[in-house]
Amino acid sequence: MKEMSGADMVVQALVDLGVDTVFGYPGGAVLPIYDALFNHPSIKHVLVRHEQAATHAAEGYARSTGKPGVVLVTSGPGATNAVTGITDALLDSIPMVVLTGQVPTTLIGTDAFQECDTVGITRHCTKHNYLVMDPDRLGAVIHEAFYIATHGRPGPVVIDIPKNVQVATGSYSVPEKIEHQSYRPQVEPDAGAIAQAIDMIAAAERPIFYTGGGVINAGPDASAALRQLVSLTGAPITSTLMGLGAFPSDDPKWLGMLGMHGTYESNMAMNRADLIIAVGARFDDRVTGRLDAFAPEAKKIHIDIDRSSINKIVPVDIAVVGDAGRALDALIAAWADKGHKARDLGEWWRRIDGWRATRCLDFPEKKDAGAEIMPQRAVKALFDATRGRDPIITTEVGQHQMWAAQHFGFAAPNRWLTSGGLGTMGYGFPAAVGAQIAHPNRLVVCIAGEASLQMNIQEMGTVSQYRLPVKIFILNNEWMGMVRQWQELTYESRYSNSYSDSLPDFVKLAAAYGWTGLRIDTLGELEDGIRQMIETPGPVIVDCRVAKLANCFPMIPSGAAHTDMILQPSDVTGKMDDEAKALV
Amino acid sequence: MKITTETGERHVLAVTVDNEAGILAKITGLFSARGYNIESLTVADISADHALSRITIVTSGPPAVIDQIIAQLDRLVPVHQVTDLTDQGAHVEREIALVKVAGTGEKRIEALRLADVFRAKVVDTTLSSFIFEITGNSDKVDRFIALMRECGLVEVGRTGIVAIARGPEAL
Ligand SMILES: Cc1ncc(C[n+]2csc(CCOP(=O)(O)OP(=O)(O)O)c2C)c(N)n1
Ligand SMILES: [Mg+2]
Repeated sequence: MKEMSGADMVVQALVDLGVDTVFGYPGGAVLPIYDALFNHPSIKHVLVRHEQAATHAAEGYARSTGKPGVVLVTSGPGATNAVTGITDALLDSIPMVVLTGQVPTTLIGTDAFQECDTVGITRHCTKHNYLVMDPDRLGAVIHEAFYIATHGRPGPVVIDIPKNVQVATGSYSVPEKIEHQSYRPQVEPDAGAIAQAIDMIAAAERPIFYTGGGVINAGPDASAALRQLVSLTGAPITSTLMGLGAFPSDDPKWLGMLGMHGTYESNMAMNRADLIIAVGARFDDRVTGRLDAFAPEAKKIHIDIDRSSINKIVPVDIAVVGDAGRALDALIAAWADKGHKARDLGEWWRRIDGWRATRCLDFPEKKDAGAEIMPQRAVKALFDATRGRDPIITTEVGQHQMWAAQHFGFAAPNRWLTSGGLGTMGYGFPAAVGAQIAHPNRLVVCIAGEASLQMNIQEMGTVSQYRLPVKIFILNNEWMGMVRQWQELTYESRYSNSYSDSLPDFVKLAAAYGWTGLRIDTLGELEDGIRQMIETPGPVIVDCRVAKLANCFPMIPSGAAHTDMILQPSDVTGKMDDEAKALV
Repeated sequence: MKITTETGERHVLAVTVDNEAGILAKITGLFSARGYNIESLTVADISADHALSRITIVTSGPPAVIDQIIAQLDRLVPVHQVTDLTDQGAHVEREIALVKVAGTGEKRIEALRLADVFRAKVVDTTLSSFIFEITGNSDKVDRFIALMRECGLVEVGRTGIVAIARGPEAL
């Protein structure tokens, strides 16, 4: 037990919790903590240019390392600016702890300068939050907050600390073991459910694994267990946007991503399966399409750490509440214990191969050197050029994100960082900053849209300041392409406000920040341009001009069934009924 | 296009929570954010050390929605336990209403007579008014208040429902 100021306690607790990096921005209500961080020997503070970027950088750090991301911002506007990233972390289950300054306890509720009701504002976009009124409680709260952020289904936790609590002294000690009174997530799966599940898996004629971000959150061992179980059963596997990387994309059992912009084979296989094994995935509307037509013939096993995810959207036959990794291990053990043998799934695979033969990700393109670049080609070229370098890829939100998900292959988890649940434009670049801070020697590339990038483009300054070799690869189609695509599908191509007008000259912008700027205009320049980006030390922005009007297919329009995919542009009618228009 | 909503059956939930600031906002916010109904909500501190509160929520929805409500409540960090009393079987529900009636003559006499039938207590009186205290399930309280409307009702205050399972066991 030691007596110290609240601010020192914050820093001491972060040290005791093994925190090495804090993403933040100072202000009046956190000055005591900033002073305690001054020249700190083990905690690196990364000064961003906007608090939203601090939260996304922390997400990028967390997703690429498996450790919680930590954010420090001031009261009022500092806290409100952080709200988008906090919500993003909630929807994508990213462990994050956000420390916010608050006006002194004596001024709370008086509309004091830079006061806002931070716990009120963040109550429903955090996993949990605290307003600490007593310095004696501060240390325990910080330790508990990290526990909650990282245990069970991970998520963001906000700790609001009034300035006088930072200045006052209190006693601090490292808690021996955190056992929360009421928060006790179930980690170990129920043995009975596992036994039933494995028998169903062994008996299925048309099984498919449908996996999600939960497998990534469960750590690299869970991904290894997933590979083992898939190989034992010989079943095909698909995954959500958030789950990419848990299973290697070059394995023949990999069907590609499913859902709205997923592959024809994975969506058809989901539709025709007799058993779906959902692992750490939550039957999101982007994945299921029209619910009453979703996987009509399949029994469903659902493994999830969050009981509220089970039967929320799709009723399931067997629920396994627990950590994805533990559940997969238990299934593997049960498979051996019961002496199950893989069934002959030849007939099932023949049907899948038939769907694969549509080659749904192919796209029309001209091949001459002067041709315009198809955005899909740009992603494929980036993938080819970075093979063997084990890159970390982040994306913004839009068509480029979907093309990246479709055409970039991942061999391992924690290398694909994207905003899935909230779909936050402005996520990708700061997430790349966070990933690069955590992995200074890795190749980190943000695949960006020209519109999304501008939402946090100010972070170019942060990159320069910390000499981070982040690469931004813009698929510049001069449109908010995804919006334009929906307008084409739904509103007879009335392009209301979706043109990216008045773009900056990204090459000159690069120069202004001391980066290298490159522009790629034609197919002939693509490979060289990408190589130059990779080989140029330091940060590089690549303005890769791509076909302006290309659309992202395949696509299941909102409210349609898995079997009603639009495979190519000629399938588009340009009109939709009101029911479909009302869906997002 | 018309927007349709589903209807469902009434459930009484007992929720034990940490007695901390903001907990009620957290619970009611969950209901409003996810579009669940609240017909009644009561809360009070129930433990000797003031660490725990019990919230009784009356909600309604189809079975799948009720399951979701319970799962969503259960995963909130300060929530210790959620029990669906309706699902558990026999339980007792009570609420208290304070009912102010003003008037003289026949109406005043009728009010007093009906109060007697309903076993409502007179807790305050003037020459031209009564305040009745009535305890019972919501139906009984509703019926009493409806009758008092005919006898010069001027004001009503109700607690909302508290409920507890029958039998010797605790939750
Ligand atoms: C913060 C935010 N605002 C609005 C949207 C809606 N939205 C989704 S994609 C998109 C356009 C993205 O354009 P761009 O970054 O150029 O990507 P493209 O689709 O052209 O590849 C918009 C506006 C969003 N997802 N996030
Ligand atoms: Mg664009």
